[in-house]
Amino acid sequence: MDKKLLIGNGAVARGLYEGGCVFVSSYPGTPSTEITEMAAQYDEIYAEWAPNEKVAVESAIGASIAGGRAFAGMKHVGLNVAADPVFTASYSGVNGGLVIAVADDPGMHSSQNEQDSRNYAVASKIPMLEPSDSADCLEFTKKAFEISEKFDVPVYLRLSTRVAHSQSLVELSPRENAGLKEYAKNPQKYVMAPANAKVRRVAVEKRENALREYAETCELNRIEWNDKKIGIITSGVAYEYAREALGDRASYLKLGLVYPMPEKLIRSFAREVEKVYVVEELDDYIESFCRRCGVDVRGKELFSFIGEYTPNMIRKVILGTAPEIPAQADVPVRPPVLCPGCPHRAMFYVFGKMKLNVSGDIGCYTLGASAPLTAMDSTICMGASIGVLHGMNTLRPELAGKSVAVIGDSTFMHSGMTGLLNVVYNQSPSTIIILDNSITAMTGHQQNPATSYTLKMKPAPALDIEGVCRAIGVRRVRSVDPFDIEEVETAIKEELAADEPSVIVAKHPCALLKYVEKKPPLTVDSEKCRNCGMCGKLGCPAIVRTDSGVSIDHTLCAGCGLCAEVCKFGAISREEN
Amino acid sequence: MYNIMIVGVGGQGSLLASRVLGAVCISRGYDVKVSEVHGMSQRGGSVVTYVRAGEDVASPMVPEGECDMLISFEALEAYRYLYCLRKGGSVIVSTQEIMPMPVITGAAKYPENIIDKLKSADVNCLAMDAVSLAESAGTAKASNVVLLGAASAMMDVDVEVWYEAIKNNVPEKFVDENLRAFELGRAAAQQKN
Repeated sequence: MDKKLLIGNGAVARGLYEGGCVFVSSYPGTPSTEITEMAAQYDEIYAEWAPNEKVAVESAIGASIAGGRAFAGMKHVGLNVAADPVFTASYSGVNGGLVIAVADDPGMHSSQNEQDSRNYAVASKIPMLEPSDSADCLEFTKKAFEISEKFDVPVYLRLSTRVAHSQSLVELSPRENAGLKEYAKNPQKYVMAPANAKVRRVAVEKRENALREYAETCELNRIEWNDKKIGIITSGVAYEYAREALGDRASYLKLGLVYPMPEKLIRSFAREVEKVYVVEELDDYIESFCRRCGVDVRGKELFSFIGEYTPNMIRKVILGTAPEIPAQADVPVRPPVLCPGCPHRAMFYVFGKMKLNVSGDIGCYTLGASAPLTAMDSTICMGASIGVLHGMNTLRPELAGKSVAVIGDSTFMHSGMTGLLNVVYNQSPSTIIILDNSITAMTGHQQNPATSYTLKMKPAPALDIEGVCRAIGVRRVRSVDPFDIEEVETAIKEELAADEPSVIVAKHPCALLKYVEKKPPLTVDSEKCRNCGMCGKLGCPAIVRTDSGVSIDHTLCAGCGLCAEVCKFGAISREEN
Repeated sequence: MYNIMIVGVGGQGSLLASRVLGAVCISRGYDVKVSEVHGMSQRGGSVVTYVRAGEDVASPMVPEGECDMLISFEALEAYRYLYCLRKGGSVIVSTQEIMPMPVITGAAKYPENIIDKLKSADVNCLAMDAVSLAESAGTAKASNVVLLGAASAMMDVDVEVWYEAIKNNVPEKFVDENLRAFELGRAAAQQKN
């Protein structure tokens, strides 16, 4: 057997390959992105980026109806976007197997909330598998297709950041037969109008019963007997933490199928051990099931609902012992920042200078909310900037002349266009700024409908963002280069003054794109520098300010020249070679 | 169990370093887990990557106080995670200093004499100017591989295994300069030992 180190997401991609998957459609979102990027490396799999998760799932449903094994991947909040088709696909079922991966982010490493996707499994009546390492990821992905076809149901694969982004060993196998199943028209199954849906509704409950029975013997649920004083019921990466913390001092019921839950198996495990603990990050999902079944367990009264667990935390709670850890040195935090040369920096500098109310969105530019730029007043979810601005402007027209929405290119296409349509339709005098950096940047540079390339790097027609805005009905649409801060300020002033909807597209490619040439770094003339702090307001990590003056770290400087633009004393200039 | 932490500033190349270390450990026949950082922290934030090797590795993260070797691409980050090292563990640190935003804005001060503080702790400290060494190998970007070279001098692994891991994880056109960077780091560590 060929053994390989793979991150969880890569192992899911390998599982898609080995499991005969032929169709992948996803929208990037940390920590799920690499599944689709790595699946795209297999020539045998058709793989694409969709404009959002809803479209991705709908496309995967179509591929499944057509008879192919299909997949869509997303982060936890992406499932909120995709929930509409998912809930009804639970009724219509599948033809080719349909697997939906959802990656939760306990600890919010890269997310705006910490929702627990297991609740979706219950609400949509769709089975959910939860791997705890890369070997599980590979095996469970293949198993998910089998379950999907056997029970005529989509299947969730739930990951978390530490599973998705940790490498561990997997054994590779060849690809299964990946042909298409036969397709025949079947409106009773796939047209979910009330008359048909009512029939399918009954089938769903029948399937739920069959799945509950299957859960009792499913090999993905596993008991490891050790000392029977302590019994641990767990799943996902929490299983690994518990095993690290307790070793063979506890017995484990590791749940691989977390919906539906195996009631009999849980009861029989609980009977055999003296004390049962549920170790699960986020919600008390397993715990409340156990309690409903009358199984006496300890859970969230001892452990937190919030954030990630650690082996030391589990050891302390269950064994009452924990190693003595020396205190962490009292050092300055190092939050993420906009990169040197980032075109967003100029925009946020201007927003701050103009003291605007900024309705923000999801992307690298959310970092414009942090010090010293601090130029963002709300961020909710993908696409929300435009709706939030519209609502505020409608109730407080006096603020409309000082308020903008700011949204990235990919986010605009994801779910900003409908918000803009609402602004036009209901005529709020809102000013929307689209930051077009020619890539989906925050998730690690994915192509999108405006970049001219597909996921598989085939040429594609590029969306004309200004054209779309005009077609939606915005009459005032203009473009600026963010590094021309005078032009940016003029444009914002004029559009804020206009008593109708307007769009400004700030166009400049991401500084990290390979084709963007780094210019020579800038240098501070200490004779001219008055140490006034103006350049420090840009929040550029390359600008170092000490009591004695300002200097620029040449290893970090990308040569964008923004600091030279804002310096009032002409103290900063480019070092020409 | 052998526990390594790689720390630094997002964008400094911890992903590559962790993959090379993972490949080295796996070729020794160990069970291996490596945790990576993707997403927002990569944008200049403090990043931590874990590499664990042993008979049977459960958690992908190194429990605090059990780290055997801390490899840091930046001085302050070494100091931040020093508490994770076990007594007598090793810290290999690049003397490069990158100011975090609270220091740039004046809200905080960059700690002074970090290397002295590391050296006076109950650990083995190897500090080196990894950026200059990398520059002399051909690119400042290879400072991550310079530090791997230094780490290799403290680990009982055949040097050919390291070469192979670097070749398999670095784009072909950068292999030579990375191998040079590795050698410079290794030589510097052997000299200091």
